[in-house]
Amino acid sequence: MSNITIRDLKEDIRTGLKTKELVLSMGPQHPSTHGVLRLVLELDGETVVKCTPYVGYLHRGTEKLCEHRTYLNALPLSDRLDYIVSMANNVGYVLAVERLFGIEAPARAKYIRTIVSEMARLSGHIIWIATHALDIGAMTVFLYSFREREWLLDLFEHLCGARLTTSYPRIGGVRNDVTEEFLDSLYQFTEEFPARIEEYETLIDQNRIWLQRTKGIGIISAEEAINWGLTGPVLRGSGVPYDVRKFAPYDAYPWVDFEVPVGKNGDVYDRYKVRMQEMRQSNRIIKQCIERMPKGPIMAPDAPKFTLPPKEKIMSEMESLIHQFVLITKGPIAAPEGEIYSAIEAPKGELGFYIVSDGTGKPYRLRLRSPSFVHASVLPRLCEGHLVADVIANIGTIDIVLGECDR
Amino acid sequence: MEPIQIAERLKERFPEDVREIKEFRDQVSVVVKREHILDLLRFLKEEPDIQMDLLKDITAVDWLGKKVPRFEVVYHLYSIKFKHLLRLKAEVPEEDPAIDSVMPIYIGANWHERECYDMFGIQFRGHPDLRRILLPEDWEGYPLRKDYPLEGYKGEKDWSGFREVLQIAKRNKKFDWYGAQG
Amino acid sequence: MGLIVDTSIELIEVEEGVKIIPGANTIITTLDKIINWGRASSLWPVTFGLACCAIEMMTTGSSHYDLDRFGVIFRGSPRQADFMIVAGTVTKKMAPVVRRVYDQMPEPRYVISMGSCACSGGIYNTYSVVQGCDSFLPVDVYVPGCPPRPEALMYGILKLQEKIKKEHMRWSPFR
Repeated sequence: MSNITIRDLKEDIRTGLKTKELVLSMGPQHPSTHGVLRLVLELDGETVVKCTPYVGYLHRGTEKLCEHRTYLNALPLSDRLDYIVSMANNVGYVLAVERLFGIEAPARAKYIRTIVSEMARLSGHIIWIATHALDIGAMTVFLYSFREREWLLDLFEHLCGARLTTSYPRIGGVRNDVTEEFLDSLYQFTEEFPARIEEYETLIDQNRIWLQRTKGIGIISAEEAINWGLTGPVLRGSGVPYDVRKFAPYDAYPWVDFEVPVGKNGDVYDRYKVRMQEMRQSNRIIKQCIERMPKGPIMAPDAPKFTLPPKEKIMSEMESLIHQFVLITKGPIAAPEGEIYSAIEAPKGELGFYIVSDGTGKPYRLRLRSPSFVHASVLPRLCEGHLVADVIANIGTIDIVLGECDR
Repeated sequence: MEPIQIAERLKERFPEDVREIKEFRDQVSVVVKREHILDLLRFLKEEPDIQMDLLKDITAVDWLGKKVPRFEVVYHLYSIKFKHLLRLKAEVPEEDPAIDSVMPIYIGANWHERECYDMFGIQFRGHPDLRRILLPEDWEGYPLRKDYPLEGYKGEKDWSGFREVLQIAKRNKKFDWYGAQG
Repeated sequence: MGLIVDTSIELIEVEEGVKIIPGANTIITTLDKIINWGRASSLWPVTFGLACCAIEMMTTGSSHYDLDRFGVIFRGSPRQADFMIVAGTVTKKMAPVVRRVYDQMPEPRYVISMGSCACSGGIYNTYSVVQGCDSFLPVDVYVPGCPPRPEALMYGILKLQEKIKKEHMRWSPFR
């Protein structure tokens, strides 16, 4: 009954209905459990024209807090950086302080630290595949993989009493020795784990939806990745075999053999494959470490001015008591003046610690170079020009943890 | 190449800019002046047997009361091909805390420089978008300087956004169920 | 025709305040009890994980320490949620967002503050951390720990259920 005809409508569409770009805030509260990351997307239909990440919603002032704590008291603060893999952060911090003081942990402690770093790497990659698949839509992987993670967390609890925020390594070694039950149970785990990785892969690897949503998405070339400062699996997915465990080995890594998986195209699928292979290699490393573990002390016995002496000596010798008292109250006041940069291969990338010491028991400046901070900055480069659904895949593949990004 | 040799090459090429070469625990720091930092980094990146292509980190240290000039902007450079690490420290005085941005050479310097500005107040000339990143954009003060208190300011000198939240909470308190605390 | 009411049959008290007529499918109780029981048995939280405690919240929700058996299903939007678990450190930059999400929840709503950082600032007594989310939110249950074990969080949720069951006339518009 109205006067508008089909010919009029077609005319309108041809001369151009006015459209505007939609500004969408993927706000800090979002079900994608990656923490408090805020992305402001400008959309033209489904295509992302501009993407601006806002971080800092979890900035807790860790670097400033470390300047007011002794070297030993700052250890629990390093736990809560990348809270999924706290053992790896602890090992990184302890290694940096040991390098600054010029002391070295005994061989057994090195093997134990390697074992817990690799267990943390497995734990971190399990959460990565669980949440990445959950975001893309495959919820079953989440339920299956958390079963393995519970096993690992039970082992951590058996070892040091805490599931998540452990503070197990110490300057000069580790806190307490591993028991035979722990090693037996861990060996059992390494026997069963490769079959479980196969299980996760059969759930998603050949799935048409997974392949369509991950192949050809988020491509970055090798030179560009190096220019942006990316490290870890994100860089290795683009074909660069840079791994701190091979380039500047620490702890027991020179004594075990393992391979570093490298991708080809630099897309989301390659990074997924790199991380799945890394899980298999971590399994291999843990097995070798258990088989080759030497007997011996777990704290450096020749550095009493920097490491806590064992309890029996404190109760019987005067000098150990004095050292213990000074270390706990004032920190290692015999620390040399100088600065050091020390990096480890955390599951997310390269975690670096830059410590400037002025000769007192507290660090003058402690800088945490976190991989998630650098990886979050590359999101605009990966997302612009692609669809909204690819934004989710990109966030999953760069694997950021906001505790580390914001410190 | 050993890091100490790289430092010597740098000093040969830029004799007025390099002030000091320090070595501690097998790592070399080169203290430079801030004027020609772009030329220095470009030399280190493009020289065929140095090739520092990975910029690991840019940060700053505040030497209040201990050293003049007050700030030092620290660059960590690494070469994936030759596996050597070098640390460059550019001195920045307190009266004019500004230095050139190295984004034309390394794109990854973007967020590191924003964080330095946020925490220390050092301006980076030529940066396309220098604003606060970890703290809210209208925060006052630069927290990692040594004269900023650890616990921050509470009450009136607190951040205005947080004071607004407290006012909203007070206004909406009359709608709360009496069984809850707070 | 006509109603046969046998007034000599005793009502059996099954629980305190809940009576049944033996032989008939009836329960006689107060509105308070029924509504509180319904609300407590199907509490739906809004996912508000901020930091490390969010990981423990996720593990509590997954298969090993199942939360679904208590009726707890995590909802994405605050408009469809019953309560909010503030899990992790609340910074000053995040505080307006937390308050806005709380204001968007419809009544009756509750808040569980999980972890030391949400209860009181935790180990972070610094310039950018709010020392306890109860400075701007009314909190019902505090679950301390760093992070609290999944069993501790479950205990906190059960305590919230007990608190709800003790409420009086919260359903009524005339309070």
